Amino acid sequence: MSASNNPHAYGCLTQPEIGFLNAAVDRLIPPDELGPGGKDADVTYYIDRQLCSVWGTHGRNYRSGPWLEGTPQQGFQSRLTPQEIYHVGILETNQYCSKQYGKNFEFLTAAQQDEVLQALEHGKVALPSLSSKLFFDLLWRNTEEGFFADPLYGGNRDKVGWKLVGFPGVASGAYNAHIDNPEVYRAEPVSILDIQTQQAKVDAQGYAKHIMIKPIKSTASK
Amino acid sequence: MTTKLKPVDAVVVGSGVAGSIICMELANAGLNVVCIERGRMIEPQHDFVMPYTHDELKFDRHSDIFQNLSRETITFRNNMGETALPMRELGSFKPGEIVGGTAAHWGCNARRFLPYDFEIRSRMTERHGKNFFPADCTSQDWGVTYDELEPYYDQFEHIYGVGGKAGNLNGEIQPGGNPFEGPRSREYPNPPTRHTPQGAMFAKAAKELGYHPFPGPAAAMTRDYTNLYKVMMGECQRGGFCSSHACAAGAKANPLTAVLPALMKKENFEMRPLCNVIKVNTDSTGKQATGVTYIDARGQQVEQPANIVVLSTYCFNNTRLLLLSGIGKPYDPQSGTGVVGRNYSYQTGGKVEVFFDDREFNPFIGGGMTSTQFDDFNGEELDRSDLGFVGSAYIAVSSPGATPIKSKPVPHGTPRWGGAWKKAVAHNYRRSFSIGIHGSCQSYRQHYLDLDPTYRDANGLPLLRMTFDWHQNEQKMLKFMNERCIEIAKAMSPTSYAARAVPTKYSIIPYQSTHNIGGAVMGADPATSVVNKHLQSWDVPNLFVVGGSAYPQNAAVGPTETIGMLACWTADGIKDIYMKRPGQSML
Repeated sequence: MSASNNPHAYGCLTQPEIGFLNAAVDRLIPPDELGPGGKDADVTYYIDRQLCSVWGTHGRNYRSGPWLEGTPQQGFQSRLTPQEIYHVGILETNQYCSKQYGKNFEFLTAAQQDEVLQALEHGKVALPSLSSKLFFDLLWRNTEEGFFADPLYGGNRDKVGWKLVGFPGVASGAYNAHIDNPEVYRAEPVSILDIQTQQAKVDAQGYAKHIMIKPIKSTASK
Repeated sequence: MTTKLKPVDAVVVGSGVAGSIICMELANAGLNVVCIERGRMIEPQHDFVMPYTHDELKFDRHSDIFQNLSRETITFRNNMGETALPMRELGSFKPGEIVGGTAAHWGCNARRFLPYDFEIRSRMTERHGKNFFPADCTSQDWGVTYDELEPYYDQFEHIYGVGGKAGNLNGEIQPGGNPFEGPRSREYPNPPTRHTPQGAMFAKAAKELGYHPFPGPAAAMTRDYTNLYKVMMGECQRGGFCSSHACAAGAKANPLTAVLPALMKKENFEMRPLCNVIKVNTDSTGKQATGVTYIDARGQQVEQPANIVVLSTYCFNNTRLLLLSGIGKPYDPQSGTGVVGRNYSYQTGGKVEVFFDDREFNPFIGGGMTSTQFDDFNGEELDRSDLGFVGSAYIAVSSPGATPIKSKPVPHGTPRWGGAWKKAVAHNYRRSFSIGIHGSCQSYRQHYLDLDPTYRDANGLPLLRMTFDWHQNEQKMLKFMNERCIEIAKAMSPTSYAARAVPTKYSIIPYQSTHNIGGAVMGADPATSVVNKHLQSWDVPNLFVVGGSAYPQNAAVGPTETIGMLACWTADGIKDIYMKRPGQSML
């Protein structure tokens, strides 16, 4: 089944949390004339699936105390797992938005949402349980991942992130011959999901058979 | 309850670059060899296949071929005044945890150190005087010279199928290669990688400025190649997804592709994966190792007696196992005495990104250390009389295969997120590349490894503690290199360029390089080294400690080839010298 006709079943996030994240990821990566934003790229669904994974409970991280705050150079030192950071971060940010604007985050105007996201980013919102910067940094990291990771993880729907930048995804066996060729190599992106679901062909070595995109006359944007 | 097994001739701890070669060489010499590896067994044609290896999220962020920190990590602090805290998630570096070790996901950067790197203290003192080194710098000569080691570089290159162009053949400078390298006894086994269009632009600009660019030597096959162990490796397809990824083409030389196919066939060799060594055992005198104790895949404690013990794990674990086993005097930074944990160091990195509105590249094509570089600021070629720093860097334009989660260069002043960020990312992904700085890092009295007083691993044993920060010497060097790279950038007439700022403090968060070194260094003096020039423990002569842990400080180029070379050198020493007088010092 391809990502686009798969009805999403969420394993971790609740409807109010999904509403919050859909609004947030669409401000972080907004839809515009270049293509869809975070929401239509299914970044929220990507985050949900990550939260259900080993990563969502920091299964491969060191998780013993004592828990000290540490210096910025010492990295992640929270007791909370990503699952907990999202549940708590969303709830407490919504409580902040209700107090500040009288509404939950998802119902604010775009300008107000940007204002809240900037305040979170710079640690200017005093959330009761965690640093707002910690919450924002995790949300932004996962948003980038959800927009640019292989669609097999639930995001980057229809490879919109790869189309945006011109990344062809799984490599083609033709690269080696092209390595010193200045000609622009432009291909329809192929994902691992495409190959697993037999939407794309591979060669005998398993490399993607790229379908080339006809070069546009002038590639300069100026 | 410990199960005690039958003795073997040699037990080798760790199956990475160093361990696999030592196992092969000792098994070839007829010894019964057991390799004990904490990670799982890998069958490349089963574990590392297309298209699954072309997965940036998995291999750049979450892979289970990296060290599982839930069982064991290190703690870190910038200085002795801070409380070290555990590295809870991987960031700055990515040690491996599989058969094949960290090299299974290395980037194939296969350069030799320069002759000067092995004698930096004496050569720089001779040239610039005693006070040239910062007062707290503990960098020292290796106790062995490039000329002694050259045959072993050659051997390693013929195991790992390194591709390149010689710049110095037996003292004669060769066109097209690196004129500043140490003399080679013969040409590389494989031809060099081709320059990318980005590399060609860089080479042209560098030449105009009077520098000497050459194709970066790489251990990704530039043609199908059968190595010294009669193992065949296929040609690299330049498909990207290389560094930090496993290679599905088998084109990346590493223990799994270059050594194990031959090693695993040997009847006098046994690989024991999922077995975690916790101690090197010694006899009642403490002067002879009797074997190792490990915890096996089922959680049982096992003792493996052996006549020879080789520690060939990652730099951290070699040092930690010595400390946990009470072998060698732990380093004390206050008095500057003791040796185990002394001279921990890292690698200095930087870059200048260049953006071209009117050009497009193919940044996803590459990998296998496709690079164009020059050494005019490396080694003794650089006159440091008026520069005020010790150390070196080489400058390179590499095409590692830019994957879009992490590689989205944007010009200075671009917002971190939102519509303007999105437009800048879309515009610049294919219109940019970076000039990289790969620099040395000296060792200092206050940078070291010891056991953490608080945090413990899953077995209840103390974690290793790292105390490290950037020293102003490396910051000065990086500032100088940034300025030179900006000159090169300008010579290419980009729309704009952006130099990464010289970091004020070392941070464990962003990936920098998996080039941690030191802690069990080699040298000529037991007061300042853990092992002698043959990588033999000064205290326990039937113990050898091999790997990045042996470097007294780091050179500008990547450490992997020198680790492999040291493995070849150590193995020859054991076969030719040690076995004639087992249990005794080789000096």
